[in-house]
Amino acid sequence: MAHRIIDGCVNCWACEPLCPNQAIQAATPHFLIDPAKCNDCDGHYADPQCASICPIEGVILDGNGQAVNPPGSLTGIPPDQWATAMSEIRAR
Amino acid sequence: MTQLVSNSGTTAASGLCSSSGCPTSSSSNRGADRLAHLPEAIRARIHNHPCFSEEAHHHYARMHVAVAPACNIQCHYCNRKYDCSNESRPGVVSELLTPEQAIQKTLAVAAAIPQMSVLGIAGPGDPLANPERTLATFRGLSEKAPDIKLCLSTNGLALPGLVDEICRHNIEHVTITINCVDPEIGARIYPWIFWNNRRITGIKAARILIEQQQKGLEMLVERGVLVKINSVLIPGVNDRHLREVSRVVKAKGAFLHNLMPLIAEPEHGTFFGLMGQRSPTAAELQTLQNDCADGMAVMRHCRQCRADAVGMLGEDRCAEFTLDKIGAMEIDHDAAMQRRAETRAAIEAKRLAPPSATLVPIVTLMRRPSSATRTIRVAVASSDGQTINQHFGHAEEFFIYTADGASVRHIDTVRVGSYCSGPADCGEQSFILDDTIQALDGCAAVLCARIGIDIWGRLEAAGIMPNGEHAQERIEEAIAAVYPELTASRRLNQSDATPTRQVRHGGTR
Repeated sequence: MAHRIIDGCVNCWACEPLCPNQAIQAATPHFLIDPAKCNDCDGHYADPQCASICPIEGVILDGNGQAVNPPGSLTGIPPDQWATAMSEIRAR
Repeated sequence: MTQLVSNSGTTAASGLCSSSGCPTSSSSNRGADRLAHLPEAIRARIHNHPCFSEEAHHHYARMHVAVAPACNIQCHYCNRKYDCSNESRPGVVSELLTPEQAIQKTLAVAAAIPQMSVLGIAGPGDPLANPERTLATFRGLSEKAPDIKLCLSTNGLALPGLVDEICRHNIEHVTITINCVDPEIGARIYPWIFWNNRRITGIKAARILIEQQQKGLEMLVERGVLVKINSVLIPGVNDRHLREVSRVVKAKGAFLHNLMPLIAEPEHGTFFGLMGQRSPTAAELQTLQNDCADGMAVMRHCRQCRADAVGMLGEDRCAEFTLDKIGAMEIDHDAAMQRRAETRAAIEAKRLAPPSATLVPIVTLMRRPSSATRTIRVAVASSDGQTINQHFGHAEEFFIYTADGASVRHIDTVRVGSYCSGPADCGEQSFILDDTIQALDGCAAVLCARIGIDIWGRLEAAGIMPNGEHAQERIEEAIAAVYPELTASRRLNQSDATPTRQVRHGGTR
C-alpha cells in the first residue's frame, strides 16, 4: 500500500525532504508519490511523514483511499462548528 | 523604509539632530537620532542595514532570496500556496531558487546595485525548516561576497538546534516571529506544528513553539547575534498580550521589536482571511507601538517585503534579476566588490558631511511664534521621505508626522494601495480610497503634490484637510508652515470644513 497526493496540493515542498524512501517527486500540477517506493513510512516513523506536515486538508490519501487529514483536522475547526467559529472571529 | 523610535520620546531633539547642536531637521540625521539610545556596539552593527536602521534605508539596498519553501508550522494568517502573508506579501509565488541559483542571483544583484548591503532569507516557508538549503546559501555567500551582511527570519521552532550552525556562518542578524508567550493564545494563532516527526496540535503545539522561540532567542543573544522580534498584531487574539511579549523579549535581549499589522483578506485564502478576522486599524497599531516603545526600540514599519524582494526598501526590482537574465550577465566579482566598497565609502562620507547650509531648524521655520502645544498628525505623499512630491492617488505609502508648537517629527509610515493609475480609472476604485482614508485616520491634513477634486471632498468629509500648496517643498518645512492654520480653531472644527481650493486632477506620473 502507498500514500497518494491528489489535486489540491499546493506544491509547498514541505513533504519532499521528509520522505525516508525518497518517494516524493516535485511535479505539476501537484507533487506525486511513487507508489513503488512508498511504504507508508513503515519501519521508519510512527506516522507517515508527508501527511504529518502537509498543510492542506484532504490532499493526501492513505493506502485505503482515506484522507489522512480530513476536513477540520488541520484548522482545528470541525465543519459543523465552522459557522460558530466564524461568527466568534468576526466579532473580534 | 524602517523607522526606529527610541524610548526618549518627544524630547527637544525630536525632529532635530540630537547631537552637537546640529542645526537641522535634515532627514539624513533623523534616523541616527532615533537610534541614539542603543548601545554603540549595536548601532555600529546596524548602521548599514536598511531594514533595521531607518536612516540607512535611504542609502542601502537589500535583497531576499527564496530558497526555503518548506514550513514546519501552520499560522492562521498564512496560506502556504503563496509566500507567507506577513513575512512577505502574498499573491505571487516566488521563483524558488536552489542555493546555487540564489548565490548567483545575489552576486548579480550586488554587482548591479553597489548599494547592496544585506542578503536575507525569509522563506517563502521557514528558512530553518530548510536548513541545508538556507545554510548552503549563506556558506557560499560568506565565501564569495564577505562584505554582504547575512540575516534570516524564522518562526523559531527549529532555531535552538541550529544556533551554533548559524553562528558558524557569521550571520549577524536573526529575526524571530513571536506572536505570543502564552500557549492558550498561541493555540488561536497556530493550529499545529511538525515536531519530532509528528504533527502536534492545540495548546501543546503552541507551548512547544513558544519554548523553542524563547530558547532560541536566549541562545542567540548569548552568542552576540542581534535579534529582532517580529509580531503580528491580531485584534481580539494577541492585541493586549503583545505588551507582555514586548516586555519578555526585551528582558531577554532582543534589540528591536517590529510590530506588524495582520494582513487578512478573504482572497488570500488564509484561515483568518476566510473566517473574516479583521486587521487592526492604523490607530490600534500605533497605540500598541507607542505602548511597547517604552524601554525598547520599536520598528514602526518594515515594508513587509516579499521573500524575493530586491532593491531599496519600498521598491522591488526582482523582475530585473530573473534566472534568465542573470544567466546572461557577465560579472567581474572582484570589481563588483571593489565598487561596493567605493559606494559605501561615498555614502558614509555623505552621511557624515555637515548638513546643507540651506536648512535651518524647524523652530525658526514657524511663520510666527506659537504658544500652541496642540499636537497634530499630518500625512505626506512622498516618494523619498524628504520632499512632498507625489500625487495623492499614486502614493503607495504616506509618511505620518506629528507637529506641535516646537517640532515636527516623523513617527510612522503607512502603506496603502495606490488607487489611481491614470485618469482612465480614477474614481472607480473607491474601496481602495476608503482604506486609504481609514489609514490616515487621525491626521488633520494630508500634504501632496496634487490631488483630484473628487478625492478632495472625500478627504474633507473625513476630517482630513487636503493640501497641494507645498509641492516639491521639504516635508518638515511644509508641515511647519501649515501648522498654524491647522491648529486654528476654524480648521479644527471639521464639520464646517468646505473645499477651499481646487487643483488640477490626474496626469502626474
